Amino acid sequence: MPKAEGGSPPTKGNTNMANRPQPSFPEPDTQHFWDGCKEGELRYQTDPDGNVVFYPRGHSTVTGDRELSWNVSSGLGTVYTYSVVRQNRMPGFQELGAYAVAYIDLDEGFRMMSTVVGVDNPVTDIHIGQRVKVEFEEQSGDDSYPIPVFRPV
Amino acid sequence: MAQERLAAIAGIHEYPLRVAPGVSSMQIKADSMKRALDDAGLDWGDVDGLYDALDGEGGGGLGLAAYLGIKPRLLDTTQVGGSSYEFHASHALRDIAAGRCNVAVTTYGSTAASMRVPIGTGGMGRGGASWQQNMEAPYGGTLISNYAMVAHRHMHEYGTTTEQLAQISVATRKHAMRNPEAVKAMTDLQFVKVDEITVEDVLESRIIADPLHLLECCMISDGGGAAVFVSPEIARDIKKKPVWIIGAGEATKYRENGGDITTSAGAQSAPAAYGQAGVTPDEIDIAMIYDSFSITVAVMLEDLGFCAKGEVGQFIEDGHLAFDQPGLTLNTDGGGLSSNHPGMRGLFLLLESVRQLRGESTSQVDGAKLAVAHGNGGLLGGTHTGGTVILAAD
Repeated sequence: MPKAEGGSPPTKGNTNMANRPQPSFPEPDTQHFWDGCKEGELRYQTDPDGNVVFYPRGHSTVTGDRELSWNVSSGLGTVYTYSVVRQNRMPGFQELGAYAVAYIDLDEGFRMMSTVVGVDNPVTDIHIGQRVKVEFEEQSGDDSYPIPVFRPV
Repeated sequence: MAQERLAAIAGIHEYPLRVAPGVSSMQIKADSMKRALDDAGLDWGDVDGLYDALDGEGGGGLGLAAYLGIKPRLLDTTQVGGSSYEFHASHALRDIAAGRCNVAVTTYGSTAASMRVPIGTGGMGRGGASWQQNMEAPYGGTLISNYAMVAHRHMHEYGTTTEQLAQISVATRKHAMRNPEAVKAMTDLQFVKVDEITVEDVLESRIIADPLHLLECCMISDGGGAAVFVSPEIARDIKKKPVWIIGAGEATKYRENGGDITTSAGAQSAPAAYGQAGVTPDEIDIAMIYDSFSITVAVMLEDLGFCAKGEVGQFIEDGHLAFDQPGLTLNTDGGGLSSNHPGMRGLFLLLESVRQLRGESTSQVDGAKLAVAHGNGGLLGGTHTGGTVILAAD
Protein backbone atom coordinates (compact mmCIF):
# COMPACT_ATOMS: atom_id res chain seq x y z
CA MET A 1 0.00 0.00 0.00
CA PRO A 2 1.19 3.55 -0.60
CA LYS A 3 2.16 5.02 2.71
CA ALA A 4 0.19 8.26 2.49
CA GLU A 5 -3.28 6.98 3.33
CA GLY A 6 -5.01 8.42 6.37
CA GLY A 7 -5.81 6.61 9.59
CA SER A 8 -8.45 7.59 12.10
CA PRO A 9 -7.50 10.06 14.80
CA PRO A 10 -8.60 9.23 18.33
CA THR A 11 -12.20 10.29 18.70
CA LYS A 12 -14.13 11.27 21.76
CA GLY A 13 -17.18 9.33 22.65
CA ASN A 14 -18.59 5.93 23.14
CA THR A 15 -17.27 3.01 21.16
CA ASN A 16 -20.45 1.03 21.46
CA MET A 17 -21.47 -0.40 18.12
CA ALA A 18 -24.72 -2.06 17.05
CA ASN A 19 -23.58 -3.73 13.85
CA ARG A 20 -20.71 -5.93 14.92
CA PRO A 21 -20.03 -9.12 12.97
CA GLN A 22 -22.26 -11.80 14.43
CA PRO A 23 -21.14 -15.31 15.32
CA SER A 24 -22.07 -17.83 12.63
CA PHE A 25 -23.92 -21.07 13.23
CA PRO A 26 -24.03 -24.04 13.08
CA GLU A 27 -20.89 -24.02 15.19
CA PRO A 28 -21.25 -26.52 18.03
CA ASP A 29 -18.32 -25.42 20.22
CA THR A 30 -19.48 -21.86 20.81
CA GLN A 31 -23.29 -22.17 20.52
CA HIS A 32 -23.90 -22.46 24.28
CA PHE A 33 -21.60 -19.52 25.01
CA TRP A 34 -23.59 -17.31 22.66
CA ASP A 35 -26.91 -18.57 23.94
CA GLY A 36 -25.63 -17.39 27.33
CA CYS A 37 -25.08 -13.90 26.00
CA LYS A 38 -28.79 -13.73 25.18
CA GLU A 39 -29.43 -14.59 28.83
CA GLY A 40 -26.98 -11.98 30.09
CA GLU A 41 -24.53 -14.68 31.16
CA LEU A 42 -20.83 -14.92 30.38
CA ARG A 43 -20.34 -18.67 30.28
CA TYR A 44 -17.15 -20.68 30.48
CA GLN A 45 -16.27 -24.36 30.87
CA THR A 46 -14.32 -26.43 33.37
CA ASP A 47 -13.18 -30.04 33.13
CA PRO A 48 -13.61 -32.64 35.90
CA ASP A 49 -10.19 -31.70 37.33
CA GLY A 50 -11.22 -28.06 37.60
CA ASN A 51 -9.18 -26.83 34.63
CA VAL A 52 -10.75 -23.84 32.93
CA VAL A 53 -11.47 -24.42 29.24
CA PHE A 54 -11.85 -21.31 27.07
CA TYR A 55 -12.56 -20.52 24.21
CA PRO A 56 -15.43 -23.00 24.42
CA ARG A 57 -14.73 -26.45 23.04
CA GLY A 58 -15.97 -30.01 23.22
CA HIS A 59 -12.92 -31.28 25.08
CA SER A 60 -10.58 -30.32 27.89
CA THR A 61 -7.43 -28.73 26.48
CA VAL A 62 -5.51 -30.20 29.42
CA THR A 63 -6.74 -33.81 29.48
CA GLY A 64 -8.84 -34.33 26.35
CA ASP A 65 -11.77 -35.22 28.61
CA ARG A 66 -15.15 -34.58 26.97
CA GLU A 67 -17.17 -34.30 30.20
CA LEU A 68 -17.10 -30.53 30.64
CA SER A 69 -19.26 -28.38 32.91
CA TRP A 70 -20.61 -24.95 32.06
CA ASN A 71 -20.27 -22.12 34.60
CA VAL A 72 -21.29 -18.48 34.72
CA SER A 73 -18.57 -15.88 35.22
CA SER A 74 -18.92 -12.90 37.53
CA GLY A 75 -17.96 -10.83 34.48
CA LEU A 76 -15.24 -9.10 36.42
CA GLY A 77 -11.76 -9.01 35.01
CA THR A 78 -8.59 -7.13 34.25
CA VAL A 79 -7.19 -5.72 31.02
CA TYR A 80 -4.21 -7.97 30.16
CA THR A 81 -3.28 -5.96 27.08
CA TYR A 82 -4.96 -3.86 24.41
CA SER A 83 -4.46 -1.86 21.27
CA VAL A 84 -6.39 1.07 19.88
CA VAL A 85 -7.17 0.47 16.23
CA ARG A 86 -6.80 3.66 14.19
CA GLN A 87 -7.14 2.06 10.77
CA ASN A 88 -9.48 -0.74 9.79
CA ARG A 89 -10.78 -1.16 6.27
CA MET A 90 -13.55 -3.51 7.35
CA PRO A 91 -17.08 -2.15 6.82
CA GLY A 92 -18.64 -1.05 10.11
CA PHE A 93 -15.35 -0.63 11.90
CA GLN A 94 -13.87 1.75 9.38
CA GLU A 95 -16.55 4.31 10.21
CA LEU A 96 -16.17 3.82 13.98
CA GLY A 97 -13.10 5.95 14.63
CA ALA A 98 -10.46 4.78 17.05
CA TYR A 99 -11.54 1.82 19.18
CA ALA A 100 -9.91 -0.69 21.46
CA VAL A 101 -9.34 -4.40 21.11
CA ALA A 102 -8.20 -6.08 24.29
CA TYR A 103 -7.48 -9.35 25.98
CA ILE A 104 -9.44 -9.45 29.24
CA ASP A 105 -8.38 -11.84 32.01
CA LEU A 106 -11.56 -12.83 33.83
CA ASP A 107 -11.32 -13.44 37.55
CA GLU A 108 -12.24 -17.10 37.06
CA GLY A 109 -9.02 -17.64 35.08
CA PHE A 110 -9.92 -17.35 31.43
CA ARG A 111 -8.76 -14.86 28.82
CA MET A 112 -11.00 -13.54 26.08
CA MET A 113 -10.69 -11.07 23.28
CA SER A 114 -13.09 -8.16 23.62
CA THR A 115 -13.21 -4.38 23.64
CA VAL A 116 -13.35 -1.71 26.32
CA VAL A 117 -16.22 0.76 25.96
CA GLY A 118 -17.48 3.76 27.87
CA VAL A 119 -14.27 5.77 27.94
CA ASP A 120 -13.87 9.31 26.61
CA ASN A 121 -10.66 8.56 24.76
CA PRO A 122 -9.52 4.98 24.26
CA VAL A 123 -5.92 6.08 23.71
CA THR A 124 -5.56 7.69 27.12
CA ASP A 125 -8.30 6.13 29.24
CA ILE A 126 -7.55 2.42 28.89
CA HIS A 127 -4.59 0.80 30.58
CA ILE A 128 -3.16 -2.61 31.35
CA GLY A 129 -4.29 -3.79 34.77
CA GLN A 130 -7.53 -1.80 34.60
CA ARG A 131 -10.50 -3.46 36.28
CA VAL A 132 -13.45 -3.97 33.98
CA LYS A 133 -16.87 -5.62 34.02
CA VAL A 134 -18.76 -7.29 31.22
CA GLU A 135 -21.89 -5.88 29.66
CA PHE A 136 -23.86 -7.25 26.77
CA GLU A 137 -24.06 -4.83 23.89
CA GLU A 138 -27.36 -5.08 22.02
CA GLN A 139 -27.04 -5.53 18.28
CA SER A 140 -29.36 -4.43 15.49
CA GLY A 141 -31.39 -7.02 13.64
CA ASP A 142 -33.95 -9.55 14.76
CA ASP A 143 -32.73 -12.37 16.99
CA SER A 144 -29.14 -11.12 16.94
CA TYR A 145 -26.69 -12.12 19.64
CA PRO A 146 -25.67 -9.40 22.13
CA ILE A 147 -21.89 -9.00 22.18
CA PRO A 148 -19.98 -9.16 25.49
CA VAL A 149 -17.90 -5.99 25.91
CA PHE A 150 -16.21 -4.53 28.98
CA ARG A 151 -16.52 -1.23 30.80
CA PRO A 152 -14.14 0.15 33.44
CA VAL A 153 -15.39 -0.22 37.04
CA MET B 1 31.23 -29.59 18.07
CA ALA B 2 31.33 -31.04 14.57
CA GLN B 3 28.32 -29.99 12.59
CA GLU B 4 26.75 -32.46 10.24
CA ARG B 5 26.52 -31.46 6.58
CA LEU B 6 23.35 -33.20 5.48
CA ALA B 7 21.65 -30.65 3.21
CA ALA B 8 22.50 -27.33 1.63
CA ILE B 9 20.91 -24.40 -0.12
CA ALA B 10 22.49 -24.46 -3.58
CA GLY B 11 20.62 -21.76 -5.47
CA ILE B 12 18.47 -18.75 -4.71
CA HIS B 13 16.46 -16.11 -6.50
CA GLU B 14 14.54 -13.12 -5.22
CA TYR B 15 12.06 -11.72 -7.71
CA PRO B 16 13.38 -8.19 -8.27
CA LEU B 17 10.12 -6.27 -8.59
CA ARG B 18 7.82 -5.25 -5.71
CA VAL B 19 5.19 -3.85 -8.05
CA ALA B 20 4.61 -6.27 -10.89
CA PRO B 21 1.28 -5.56 -12.61
CA GLY B 22 0.21 -8.02 -15.26
CA VAL B 23 2.21 -10.89 -13.79
CA SER B 24 0.60 -13.80 -11.93
CA SER B 25 1.87 -15.35 -8.73
CA MET B 26 2.38 -18.62 -10.60
CA GLN B 27 4.55 -16.88 -13.18
CA ILE B 28 6.66 -15.39 -10.40
CA LYS B 29 7.06 -18.86 -8.86
CA ALA B 30 8.10 -20.52 -12.13
CA ASP B 31 10.42 -17.70 -13.15
CA SER B 32 12.04 -17.72 -9.70
CA MET B 33 12.52 -21.49 -9.77
CA LYS B 34 14.28 -21.33 -13.13
CA ARG B 35 16.61 -18.56 -11.98
CA ALA B 36 17.38 -20.27 -8.66
CA LEU B 37 18.27 -23.46 -10.54
CA ASP B 38 20.46 -21.38 -12.88
CA ASP B 39 22.13 -19.87 -9.81
CA ALA B 40 23.02 -23.39 -8.70
CA GLY B 41 23.90 -24.65 -12.16
CA LEU B 42 21.12 -27.25 -12.00
CA ASP B 43 18.44 -28.12 -14.53
CA TRP B 44 14.64 -28.05 -14.44
CA GLY B 45 14.60 -31.81 -14.84
CA ASP B 46 16.86 -32.31 -11.82
CA VAL B 47 14.11 -31.32 -9.39
CA ASP B 48 12.80 -34.32 -7.46
CA GLY B 49 11.37 -32.62 -4.38
CA LEU B 50 8.73 -29.88 -4.19
CA TYR B 51 7.77 -27.81 -1.16
CA ASP B 52 4.95 -25.30 -1.39
CA ALA B 53 3.01 -23.00 0.91
CA LEU B 54 -0.20 -23.15 -1.15
CA ASP B 55 0.31 -19.68 -2.58
CA GLY B 56 -0.52 -18.71 -6.12
CA GLU B 57 -3.45 -19.31 -8.42
CA GLY B 58 -4.01 -23.05 -8.75
CA GLY B 59 -0.84 -24.01 -6.94
CA GLY B 60 -0.33 -26.33 -4.02
CA GLY B 61 0.00 -30.08 -3.98
CA LEU B 62 -2.59 -30.61 -6.68
CA GLY B 63 -1.51 -27.83 -9.00
CA LEU B 64 2.05 -26.61 -8.75
CA ALA B 65 3.92 -29.60 -10.18
CA ALA B 66 1.48 -29.71 -13.07
CA TYR B 67 1.97 -26.01 -13.76
CA LEU B 68 5.74 -26.30 -13.59
CA GLY B 69 5.81 -29.56 -15.55
CA ILE B 70 7.83 -31.62 -13.12
CA LYS B 71 7.28 -35.01 -11.49
CA PRO B 72 8.79 -34.84 -7.99
CA ARG B 73 9.04 -37.92 -5.80
CA LEU B 74 8.45 -35.83 -2.69
CA LEU B 75 5.61 -33.30 -2.18
CA ASP B 76 5.23 -31.23 1.00
CA THR B 77 2.64 -28.47 1.17
CA THR B 78 3.24 -27.21 4.69
CA GLN B 79 1.42 -23.89 5.07
CA VAL B 80 2.18 -22.04 8.30
CA GLY B 81 1.94 -18.47 7.09
CA GLY B 82 5.11 -16.45 6.88
CA SER B 83 7.16 -19.16 8.56
CA SER B 84 6.29 -21.73 5.88
CA TYR B 85 9.69 -21.44 4.21
CA GLU B 86 11.62 -22.06 7.42
CA PHE B 87 9.47 -25.16 7.87
CA HIS B 88 10.27 -26.14 4.27
CA ALA B 89 14.00 -25.78 4.94
CA SER B 90 13.56 -27.81 8.11
CA HIS B 91 11.73 -30.54 6.21
CA ALA B 92 14.25 -30.46 3.37
CA LEU B 93 17.03 -31.10 5.85
CA ARG B 94 15.09 -34.07 7.21
CA ASP B 95 13.97 -35.40 3.83
CA ILE B 96 17.29 -35.04 2.03
CA ALA B 97 19.13 -36.63 4.97
CA ALA B 98 16.69 -39.54 4.71
CA GLY B 99 17.35 -39.93 0.99
CA ARG B 100 13.82 -38.95 -0.02
CA CYS B 101 15.00 -36.38 -2.56
CA ASN B 102 18.23 -34.79 -3.81
CA VAL B 103 17.20 -31.52 -5.48
CA ALA B 104 14.18 -29.85 -3.93
CA VAL B 105 12.70 -26.41 -4.48
CA THR B 106 10.41 -24.08 -2.63
CA THR B 107 8.89 -21.17 -4.50
CA TYR B 108 6.86 -18.12 -3.59
CA GLY B 109 4.84 -15.69 -5.64
CA SER B 110 2.45 -12.94 -4.59
CA THR B 111 0.81 -9.90 -6.14
CA ALA B 112 -0.51 -8.50 -2.86
CA ALA B 113 0.37 -4.91 -3.76
CA SER B 114 -1.09 -4.97 -7.26
CA MET B 115 -4.22 -6.67 -5.94
CA ARG B 116 -4.33 -4.07 -3.14
CA VAL B 117 -4.77 -6.66 -0.39
CA PRO B 118 -5.12 -4.85 2.99
CA ILE B 119 -3.19 -7.51 4.90
CA GLY B 120 -2.64 -5.55 8.09
CA THR B 121 -5.78 -3.46 8.29
CA GLY B 122 -8.46 -5.42 6.45
CA GLY B 123 -9.92 -6.92 9.57
CA MET B 124 -10.13 -10.61 10.33
CA GLY B 125 -13.86 -11.07 10.71
CA ARG B 126 -14.67 -12.70 7.41
CA GLY B 127 -14.92 -16.36 6.63
CA GLY B 128 -17.23 -19.09 7.76
CA ALA B 129 -18.19 -20.27 11.20
CA SER B 130 -15.36 -21.53 13.38
CA TRP B 131 -14.82 -21.76 17.12
CA GLN B 132 -12.19 -19.01 16.98
CA GLN B 133 -13.85 -16.69 14.46
CA ASN B 134 -17.02 -16.75 16.52
CA MET B 135 -15.12 -15.57 19.60
CA GLU B 136 -13.00 -12.86 17.97
CA ALA B 137 -14.70 -11.48 14.86
CA PRO B 138 -17.15 -9.18 16.71
CA TYR B 139 -14.34 -6.96 17.98
CA GLY B 140 -12.77 -5.76 14.74
CA GLY B 141 -9.21 -6.67 15.60
CA THR B 142 -6.76 -6.19 12.75
CA LEU B 143 -3.56 -8.08 12.16
CA ILE B 144 -1.58 -5.00 13.19
CA SER B 145 -3.58 -4.52 16.39
CA ASN B 146 -2.87 -8.12 17.34
CA TYR B 147 0.88 -7.53 17.17
CA ALA B 148 0.36 -4.16 18.86
CA MET B 149 -1.19 -5.90 21.86
CA VAL B 150 2.10 -7.76 22.28
CA ALA B 151 3.99 -4.47 22.11
CA HIS B 152 1.79 -2.90 24.79
CA ARG B 153 2.27 -5.82 27.14
CA HIS B 154 6.03 -5.89 26.50
CA MET B 155 6.25 -2.18 27.31
CA HIS B 156 4.14 -2.69 30.43
CA GLU B 157 6.13 -5.61 31.80
CA TYR B 158 9.66 -4.60 30.87
CA GLY B 159 9.63 -0.86 30.28
CA THR B 160 10.43 -1.25 26.60
CA THR B 161 9.99 2.07 24.78
CA THR B 162 8.82 3.11 21.35
CA GLU B 163 12.19 4.82 20.90
CA GLN B 164 13.93 1.47 21.39
CA LEU B 165 11.60 -0.35 19.02
CA ALA B 166 12.07 2.43 16.46
CA GLN B 167 15.80 1.62 16.30
CA ILE B 168 14.84 -1.63 14.59
CA SER B 169 13.18 0.35 11.79
CA VAL B 170 16.14 2.72 11.60
CA ALA B 171 18.77 -0.03 11.25
CA THR B 172 16.67 -1.92 8.74
CA ARG B 173 16.15 1.17 6.59
CA LYS B 174 19.89 1.80 6.63
CA HIS B 175 20.38 -1.62 5.09
CA ALA B 176 17.55 -1.07 2.63
CA MET B 177 19.14 2.11 1.28
CA ARG B 178 22.20 0.03 0.31
CA ASN B 179 20.05 -2.52 -1.56
CA PRO B 180 19.05 -1.22 -5.02
CA GLU B 181 16.03 -3.55 -5.17
CA ALA B 182 14.80 -2.21 -1.84
CA VAL B 183 15.26 1.37 -2.98
CA LYS B 184 13.26 0.61 -6.10
CA ALA B 185 10.64 -1.12 -3.96
CA MET B 186 10.15 1.90 -1.72
CA THR B 187 10.10 4.18 -4.77
CA ASP B 188 7.60 2.06 -6.69
CA LEU B 189 5.39 1.73 -3.59
CA GLN B 190 5.44 5.52 -3.18
CA PHE B 191 7.06 5.75 0.22
CA VAL B 192 6.90 9.33 1.44
CA LYS B 193 10.65 9.34 2.12
CA VAL B 194 13.05 7.00 0.34
CA ASP B 195 16.04 7.70 2.52
CA GLU B 196 17.55 6.75 5.82
CA ILE B 197 15.22 7.48 8.73
CA THR B 198 15.65 8.55 12.34
CA VAL B 199 13.92 7.53 15.55
CA GLU B 200 12.07 10.84 15.33
CA ASP B 201 10.79 9.96 11.85
CA VAL B 202 9.35 6.75 13.26
CA LEU B 203 7.74 8.50 16.21
CA GLU B 204 6.28 11.20 13.98
CA SER B 205 4.72 8.71 11.58
CA ARG B 206 1.06 8.12 12.29
CA ILE B 207 -0.10 5.40 14.64
CA ILE B 208 -1.87 2.53 12.87
CA ALA B 209 -2.76 0.60 16.04
CA ASP B 210 -1.43 1.80 19.39
CA PRO B 211 1.45 1.66 20.09
CA LEU B 212 2.67 0.80 16.57
CA HIS B 213 3.50 3.59 14.13
CA LEU B 214 3.42 3.34 10.35
CA LEU B 215 7.21 3.09 10.13
CA GLU B 216 7.14 0.12 12.51
CA CYS B 217 4.95 -1.80 10.04
CA CYS B 218 6.13 -3.76 7.02
CA MET B 219 5.19 -2.76 3.53
CA ILE B 220 2.78 -4.67 1.31
CA SER B 221 4.49 -5.54 -1.95
CA ASP B 222 4.36 -7.93 -4.84
CA GLY B 223 7.21 -10.35 -5.07
CA GLY B 224 8.47 -13.84 -4.57
CA GLY B 225 11.45 -16.03 -5.08
CA ALA B 226 12.81 -19.53 -4.81
CA ALA B 227 15.41 -21.62 -3.02
CA VAL B 228 16.98 -24.92 -4.10
CA PHE B 229 17.82 -27.50 -1.43
CA VAL B 230 20.31 -30.23 -2.33
CA SER B 231 22.11 -33.24 -0.91
CA PRO B 232 25.84 -33.07 -0.06
CA GLU B 233 26.65 -35.07 -3.21
CA ILE B 234 24.90 -32.52 -5.43
CA ALA B 235 26.39 -29.64 -3.40
CA ARG B 236 29.91 -30.65 -4.43
CA ASP B 237 29.29 -29.74 -8.08
CA ILE B 238 27.18 -26.58 -7.99
CA LYS B 239 28.23 -23.20 -9.39
CA LYS B 240 28.55 -21.39 -6.08
CA LYS B 241 29.53 -22.37 -2.56
CA PRO B 242 26.75 -24.25 -0.81
CA VAL B 243 25.22 -22.83 2.36
CA TRP B 244 24.56 -25.63 4.82
CA ILE B 245 21.35 -26.11 6.76
CA ILE B 246 22.74 -27.34 10.07
CA GLY B 247 19.78 -27.08 12.40
CA ALA B 248 16.06 -26.41 12.44
CA GLY B 249 13.23 -26.13 14.91
CA GLU B 250 9.48 -25.74 14.68
CA ALA B 251 6.86 -24.67 17.21
CA THR B 252 3.44 -23.14 17.61
CA LYS B 253 1.90 -20.91 20.26
CA TYR B 254 -1.54 -19.43 20.79
CA ARG B 255 -3.78 -17.46 23.13
CA GLU B 256 -3.90 -19.32 26.41
CA ASN B 257 -5.61 -18.59 29.68
CA GLY B 258 -2.94 -16.97 31.80
CA GLY B 259 -0.36 -17.23 29.02
CA ASP B 260 2.56 -14.88 28.49
CA ILE B 261 1.98 -12.97 25.28
CA THR B 262 5.51 -11.50 25.31
CA THR B 263 7.07 -14.91 24.60
CA SER B 264 6.64 -16.40 21.13
CA ALA B 265 6.86 -19.86 19.60
CA GLY B 266 10.47 -18.93 18.87
CA ALA B 267 11.35 -19.67 22.48
CA GLN B 268 10.61 -23.32 21.67
CA SER B 269 11.82 -23.57 18.06
CA ALA B 270 15.13 -21.76 18.56
CA PRO B 271 16.63 -24.03 21.25
CA ALA B 272 15.74 -27.04 19.09
CA ALA B 273 17.52 -25.49 16.11
CA TYR B 274 20.60 -24.45 18.09
CA GLY B 275 20.72 -27.88 19.68
CA GLN B 276 20.69 -29.70 16.36
CA ALA B 277 23.27 -27.30 14.92
CA GLY B 278 25.51 -27.49 17.96
CA VAL B 279 25.89 -23.72 18.14
CA THR B 280 24.96 -21.04 20.64
CA PRO B 281 23.36 -17.64 20.01
CA ASP B 282 26.61 -15.78 20.74
CA GLU B 283 28.21 -17.51 17.72
CA ILE B 284 25.61 -16.17 15.28
CA ASP B 285 26.77 -13.37 12.93
CA ILE B 286 23.54 -12.64 11.06
CA ALA B 287 19.97 -12.69 12.34
CA MET B 288 17.36 -12.71 9.62
CA ILE B 289 14.19 -12.22 11.65
CA TYR B 290 10.68 -11.81 10.27
CA ASP B 291 10.11 -8.07 10.68
CA SER B 292 6.40 -7.85 10.10
CA PHE B 293 6.55 -5.17 12.80
CA SER B 294 9.19 -3.75 15.10
CA ILE B 295 7.79 -5.70 18.03
CA THR B 296 8.13 -9.00 16.16
CA VAL B 297 11.87 -8.48 15.92
CA ALA B 298 12.13 -7.35 19.54
CA VAL B 299 10.38 -10.45 20.86
CA MET B 300 12.40 -12.74 18.59
CA LEU B 301 15.75 -11.22 19.61
CA GLU B 302 14.87 -12.37 23.11
CA ASP B 303 13.37 -15.72 22.15
CA LEU B 304 16.34 -16.53 19.89
CA GLY B 305 18.60 -16.06 22.88
CA PHE B 306 20.46 -12.88 21.94
CA CYS B 307 19.38 -11.34 25.25
CA ALA B 308 17.18 -12.35 28.16
CA LYS B 309 13.41 -11.93 28.11
CA GLY B 310 12.57 -8.30 28.79
CA GLU B 311 16.06 -6.99 28.03
CA VAL B 312 15.75 -6.29 24.32
CA GLY B 313 15.40 -2.55 24.90
CA GLN B 314 18.82 -2.41 26.51
CA PHE B 315 20.22 -4.81 23.88
CA ILE B 316 19.10 -2.41 21.16
CA GLU B 317 20.48 0.60 23.01
CA ASP B 318 23.83 -1.14 23.30
CA GLY B 319 24.22 -0.60 19.56
CA HIS B 320 23.74 -3.81 17.63
CA LEU B 321 21.61 -4.48 14.56
CA ALA B 322 23.25 -2.36 11.82
CA PHE B 323 25.86 -4.12 9.67
CA ASP B 324 28.54 -1.56 10.51
CA GLN B 325 28.04 -1.90 14.26
CA PRO B 326 29.72 -4.59 16.36
CA GLY B 327 27.81 -7.63 17.48
CA LEU B 328 24.71 -9.17 16.00
CA THR B 329 23.57 -7.88 12.61
CA LEU B 330 19.89 -7.80 11.63
CA ASN B 331 18.01 -8.05 8.34
CA THR B 332 20.69 -6.82 5.96
CA ASP B 333 18.43 -6.84 2.89
CA GLY B 334 16.21 -4.13 4.30
CA GLY B 335 13.62 -6.49 5.72
CA GLY B 336 9.90 -6.45 5.34
CA LEU B 337 9.95 -2.97 6.80
CA SER B 338 11.87 -1.51 3.86
CA SER B 339 12.51 -4.07 1.10
CA ASN B 340 10.02 -6.83 0.50
CA HIS B 341 6.82 -8.08 2.12
CA PRO B 342 4.30 -9.71 -0.22
CA GLY B 343 2.57 -11.44 2.71
CA MET B 344 4.83 -14.38 3.62
CA ARG B 345 8.33 -13.08 4.11
CA GLY B 346 9.91 -16.29 5.40
CA LEU B 347 11.57 -17.14 2.08
CA PHE B 348 13.55 -13.90 1.97
CA LEU B 349 15.05 -14.66 5.39
CA LEU B 350 16.66 -17.75 3.87
CA LEU B 351 17.73 -15.93 0.70
CA GLU B 352 19.53 -13.08 2.49
CA SER B 353 21.14 -15.55 4.91
CA VAL B 354 22.57 -17.35 1.87
CA ARG B 355 23.82 -14.08 0.38
CA GLN B 356 25.57 -13.19 3.62
CA LEU B 357 27.19 -16.61 3.95
CA ARG B 358 28.32 -16.44 0.31
CA GLY B 359 29.62 -12.89 0.75
CA GLU B 360 27.07 -11.41 -1.68
CA SER B 361 24.96 -9.08 0.48
CA THR B 362 24.69 -5.36 -0.27
CA SER B 363 25.34 -4.87 3.46
CA GLN B 364 27.92 -7.61 3.80
CA VAL B 365 29.31 -8.52 7.20
CA ASP B 366 32.93 -9.51 6.68
CA GLY B 367 33.56 -13.15 7.40
CA ALA B 368 29.98 -14.03 8.26
CA LYS B 369 29.95 -17.73 9.07
CA LEU B 370 26.64 -18.43 10.82
CA ALA B 371 23.15 -17.07 10.24
CA VAL B 372 19.81 -17.73 11.85
CA ALA B 373 16.62 -17.33 9.85
CA HIS B 374 13.52 -17.12 12.02
CA GLY B 375 10.09 -16.95 10.48
CA ASN B 376 6.90 -16.11 12.31
CA GLY B 377 3.59 -17.12 10.81
CA GLY B 378 0.14 -16.00 11.86
CA LEU B 379 -0.56 -13.65 14.74
CA LEU B 380 2.13 -12.94 17.32
CA GLY B 381 -0.53 -12.12 19.93
CA GLY B 382 -2.69 -15.07 18.94
CA THR B 383 -2.13 -18.31 17.09
CA HIS B 384 1.27 -18.32 15.43
CA THR B 385 4.13 -20.58 14.37
CA GLY B 386 7.86 -20.17 14.71
CA GLY B 387 10.37 -21.75 12.38
CA THR B 388 14.08 -21.40 13.14
CA VAL B 389 16.81 -22.42 10.69
CA ILE B 390 20.54 -22.27 11.38
CA LEU B 391 22.70 -21.83 8.29
CA ALA B 392 26.47 -22.16 7.97
CA ALA B 393 28.95 -21.00 5.36
CA ASP B 394 30.82 -23.72 3.48
